[in-house]
Amino acid sequence: MNLVPVKAAEAPRKFDLAIIGAGPAGMAAAITARECGLSVLVVDENAAPGGQVFRAAELAGADPALARDMAPGLELIARFRALDITYRPGTTLWMLEPDTGTLSLARQGESMEVTAERTLLATGAQERPVPIPGWTLPGVMSAGAAQIALKTAGMVPSGKVVLAGQGPLMWLLANQLIRAGVMPVLVETRTQPILRTALEAGGIFSGFGQLAKGIGLILKARQAGMRVITGAKHLRAEGSARVQALRFEGGVEPCDTLLLHEGVIPSTHISMAIGLEHGWDARQLCWRPKLDAFGASSHARIAVAGDGAVICGWEAAVAAGQLAALDAGLRLGRISRADRDFRAEASAAALLQARALRPFLDALYAPSQEILAPPEESTIICRCEEVTAGSLRWAAAIGATGPNQAKAYLRCGMGPCQGRLCGSTVAAVIAETRNVPVEEVGHLRPRAPYKPITVQELASAQQRVDSLP
Amino acid sequence: MFRTRPDHRPETVQVFVEGRALMVPEGSSAAAAILISGLSSIRETPVSGSPRLPWCMMGVCFDCLAEIDGVANRQACMVPVVAGMRIARQHGAREVQR
Ligand SMILES: Cc1cc2nc3c(=O)[nH]c(=O)nc-3n(C[C@H](O)[C@@H](O)[C@H](O)COP(=O)(O)OP(=O)(O)OC[C@H]3O[C@@H](n4cnc5c(N)ncnc54)[C@H](O)[C@@H]3O)c2cc1C
Ligand code: FES
Repeated sequence: MNLVPVKAAEAPRKFDLAIIGAGPAGMAAAITARECGLSVLVVDENAAPGGQVFRAAELAGADPALARDMAPGLELIARFRALDITYRPGTTLWMLEPDTGTLSLARQGESMEVTAERTLLATGAQERPVPIPGWTLPGVMSAGAAQIALKTAGMVPSGKVVLAGQGPLMWLLANQLIRAGVMPVLVETRTQPILRTALEAGGIFSGFGQLAKGIGLILKARQAGMRVITGAKHLRAEGSARVQALRFEGGVEPCDTLLLHEGVIPSTHISMAIGLEHGWDARQLCWRPKLDAFGASSHARIAVAGDGAVICGWEAAVAAGQLAALDAGLRLGRISRADRDFRAEASAAALLQARALRPFLDALYAPSQEILAPPEESTIICRCEEVTAGSLRWAAAIGATGPNQAKAYLRCGMGPCQGRLCGSTVAAVIAETRNVPVEEVGHLRPRAPYKPITVQELASAQQRVDSLP
Repeated sequence: MFRTRPDHRPETVQVFVEGRALMVPEGSSAAAAILISGLSSIRETPVSGSPRLPWCMMGVCFDCLAEIDGVANRQACMVPVVAGMRIARQHGAREVQR
């Protein structure tokens, strides 16, 4: 391992505001916080700023497959880089003690501790698991994974590519793949009718700009000749050593790579580990931290902004990051309440605008029950410990009332991913078996370290603590 | 299996996947290098011995744990490639320090 000692003099150890995540929310928050005169630390485990949406934008900005999508990100990144912000890429937050504001960070084999008056979690979203039979076969990946490969390395799946599932990101990825020279087949699992959902959910007029973009993506992919199969049910990935086909009710599509997607959910790993209050979002079918209008959480020193707070896309993440930073400015005595509220107006308006279409999108792309709680006994739910839906139902029937008990019975959530990927499915299956709402079943309570750290990193952390002045 | 697009990402880095030299685009992760190499799996699961390749590429699933420069159990999708990096399949159970 590459051991690069981080010299004590390299960076100060105390900050007004620590921001975890250099995506749109984190970058926007950092910019606004600097404008309020706060000292700002931004850490991100990725090598460059951008988050998910603008991942590797500085490398990918000229790639014709991605250029148009990366342009707004490049502008934000340039503003972020131009300011006097302590930015640490390639750095992972592995423990946070909210009461003392102590952050334990790991970077290239070294660990360090810093403190911050206030911490903003801007850690974003992750894709919802898509536990269909065969989803562990080599060659089956999440759609986001293929997009990450394209953004960071310009690479694309070779051979026959099938995209299966639903959501705005599916259509975006389809377009990006087509521009990159790959013509996928799209097998859509959407069950909700477009027109009726639109009339019921509303927001079509105020969210017209976003809607037009979305429709544009659908039309472009179809004009390019992409084959689309709609209303697909009972998906299963088939193959022996690797995926060879996607089978669904009434059809089969041979493939070399199968990319699955059923939307994104907030990454609540850290917010849950530090004990923030969470609530079940019945519309987005996920847990999310309880926050006020400025992103302040149930803990006096912690705020959350962006898709880690509520799924709403990057423009909303920017606005929410700005609001959280203004609130930090007020709480740390740098700006007055009147000043905060005055400056907040533009961001609040932008947030409202960005949210207009969300109820429609949430309703249109609501995952079906068979994705939330796989019906087939043999379907793997926990990829780490290979726990199946059947064994989970058995555990629930004999007394595992929630994910934390199921963990003791079956080890699901005890593997390396700590339940990041299976957590929502485990809860849904238990809720279904017990015939109670998911809220009642609860969620896993992850623990630090949030990411595995090496013995060397732990040892160096200890040294640093000892050597603190 | 994945292919690169050298017209658009011309800068490359040499790494070794299971001992085999391979040029991969700058900015790739070790997991991306494995996908380019065409390796049929990165590891076998300890429970049933079934083969796996990366699922999420963003640090969520831990299906990409590999041996990188002699250190086992590293999240290959979170490790950017550097020239000369040695990436190897991991045999036996994966354990993480916690
Ligand atoms: C795989 C994926 C692909 C997506 N692609 C797109 C897209 O192409 N277009 C689009 O409009 N939306 C996309 N989205 C939706 C996405 O959520 C955007 O709306 C936007 O990126 C959200 O911005 P954010 O700032 O809230 O979080 P993000 O952009 O997700 O940024 C969060 C950052 O936090 C960092 N982080 C997380 N945990 C830690 C930790 N413990 N230590 C250090 N750093 C940490 C991450 O590395 C990441 O850079 C995608 C989502 C996912 C999950
Ligand atoms: S591929 Fe999922 S953590 Fe690396």
